[in-house]
Amino acid sequence: MSGALPIERVIPPGAARRRLRGRDPLLAGCVVVIAALVLMALLAPLIAPHDPDASDILAANEGSSLSHPLGTDSVGRDILSRIIHGARLSLLGPALVVVAATVGGVAVALVTAWRGGRVDTVASRVLDILFAFPGLIFAILAVAMFGTGLVAPVIALSIAYLPYIARVIRSAAIRERALPYVEACQVAGMSPLRICWRHLLPNLLPYVAVQAAVSFGYALVDLSALSYLGLGVQPPSAEWGRMVADGQAAILNGNPEASLYAGMAIVVTVLAFNLLADRLVRRTAQ
Amino acid sequence: MHGAATAGHREDGVTGPAPTPPAALLSIRALRVDLRAEGELRRVIHDVTLDVAEGESVGLVGESGSGKSMTARAVARLLPEGAVTGGEIVFDGEPVLTLRGAALRRFRRGGIATIFQDPAAHINPVRTIGDHLTEGLRLVRGVDAREAERRAAAMLGEVGIAGGERRLRQHPHELSGGMLQRVMIASVLLDEPRLILADEPTTALDVTTQSEVMALLSELSRERRLAMLYITHDLELAAGVCDRTAVMYAGAVMEVQRSAALNDGPLNPYTAALLAARPRVDARSDRLEAIAGRPRSAFEAPEGCVFADRCPHVEDACVAERQELRPLAGGLVRCRRAEELRGRLGHA
Repeated sequence: MSGALPIERVIPPGAARRRLRGRDPLLAGCVVVIAALVLMALLAPLIAPHDPDASDILAANEGSSLSHPLGTDSVGRDILSRIIHGARLSLLGPALVVVAATVGGVAVALVTAWRGGRVDTVASRVLDILFAFPGLIFAILAVAMFGTGLVAPVIALSIAYLPYIARVIRSAAIRERALPYVEACQVAGMSPLRICWRHLLPNLLPYVAVQAAVSFGYALVDLSALSYLGLGVQPPSAEWGRMVADGQAAILNGNPEASLYAGMAIVVTVLAFNLLADRLVRRTAQ
Repeated sequence: MHGAATAGHREDGVTGPAPTPPAALLSIRALRVDLRAEGELRRVIHDVTLDVAEGESVGLVGESGSGKSMTARAVARLLPEGAVTGGEIVFDGEPVLTLRGAALRRFRRGGIATIFQDPAAHINPVRTIGDHLTEGLRLVRGVDAREAERRAAAMLGEVGIAGGERRLRQHPHELSGGMLQRVMIASVLLDEPRLILADEPTTALDVTTQSEVMALLSELSRERRLAMLYITHDLELAAGVCDRTAVMYAGAVMEVQRSAALNDGPLNPYTAALLAARPRVDARSDRLEAIAGRPRSAFEAPEGCVFADRCPHVEDACVAERQELRPLAGGLVRCRRAEELRGRLGHA
């Protein structure tokens, strides 16, 4: 063996990293589906073939045709256009819930993990109490108090989801905080805020990403359920949960398209987020 | 760790007359540390008295569990939660044990810097070497990013790592243990501290790397006239690197002497026993000398002299009373019979 060959030559740069990451078609699929959904929501006015709110009573309950690929609903609105436009409200709600619950949950997790002791005990008990309220009931209560719409349920669900995220991140943060490098940062005279922000948080990001993805799926189902019950987004706004409810009457007439396709949109989105979370968990565990 | 936890338990009756060399940068007086374990307090350090002068390097040597690392942690204020301390630690005229908040951070930034045993564990794995090295400069000294990088690369050169610019972009896992320890030394020197706490900096390295890193550390700290508290269980390494060496046993300093004198004239029977237990290179022997019994932790040490139950020179009076550290022959010793044993303790 010739010892002259430098090791950098033998292993192409980045090879180790690529091997570590590996290829994961399912993960890639989820990312593609989610990206497509987001694009669909952003570009809705450009790609929707019809006005989602324009009804044509003469063309009600039509099956799929070239002009209406997914057919029309009971008042003759184009289902495809409504699904495309519905993505906006259907995705916006869960996104707001996830952002608020994640920011709040991570903040609570870092403070409790860092301070420990009494702060941790008190905060953990408060979280336990929050756990006792099912998110949906919490949201219904909020709607009863502040009226229907997206705002009250989003705020209520953000509070309801916060403990789930806080608890998982807290346990990861406690483990991370005990690692020697945190001590090294302390003895270098860094402030707790800086250590948490610049050092702990980047190391916790994989856990945060997983929690955010899982929560997104749950939040979408919960918000759709509220809209379905008539407590969330109000007609005639296009929203998937709302569409399932609106199309219900037509099912008995043998025209399930409106409910069916809206339901499928919910299922596909939730599945994509849950599978994404699942793949991310495996990735972090490796 | 928290000033509040310790403040109520402090004892100000400082015991043990010990001559203070002029301008001691770090002065530890009758340090006592109790740790909380399963609800009860356990003593891990019962009497450490030690000075480190400006620019002086002092070795702190002892067996596992003798409290040497705890001493360093007490100085850096890294004791575990619920630890109760007594005695005092003074750094540059300022009491360290009661520092908190911003004052504690100032002391840690400008006063001391710590080199840890396992460099891989003490550097944040997800950030680059460059981030690690420049963070302190930018944070504490307000140096701008480009200048900080330039200094970091230059410092890597000084600690013997070539291609500094490229190294700054690498992550800790891409460097070997010896390299990482050099990075750690570089980061400590960039902080321009007045005292380096080196807690077994070479234990995690293999023997060849060990001597290189040690030589580097002692050369660079001497060059910059940095004081160093060097913690190790290697008596010879300490004596080779440090101006003075302190020997610890069961949470107490047993002897402090000039390193040069320690080898030939140990003052404490424990030091003598340690010296005798080293393998010899000049004579063949099948068995190493051992000290009878097993090492004691501070909380299980005998009532009188902590070494009494294992000491070959023990007398009844040794068991009866606690011994204080007192000056003898230019050093300090904690032994009732030090004067009469003097000269008889060298190696066999």
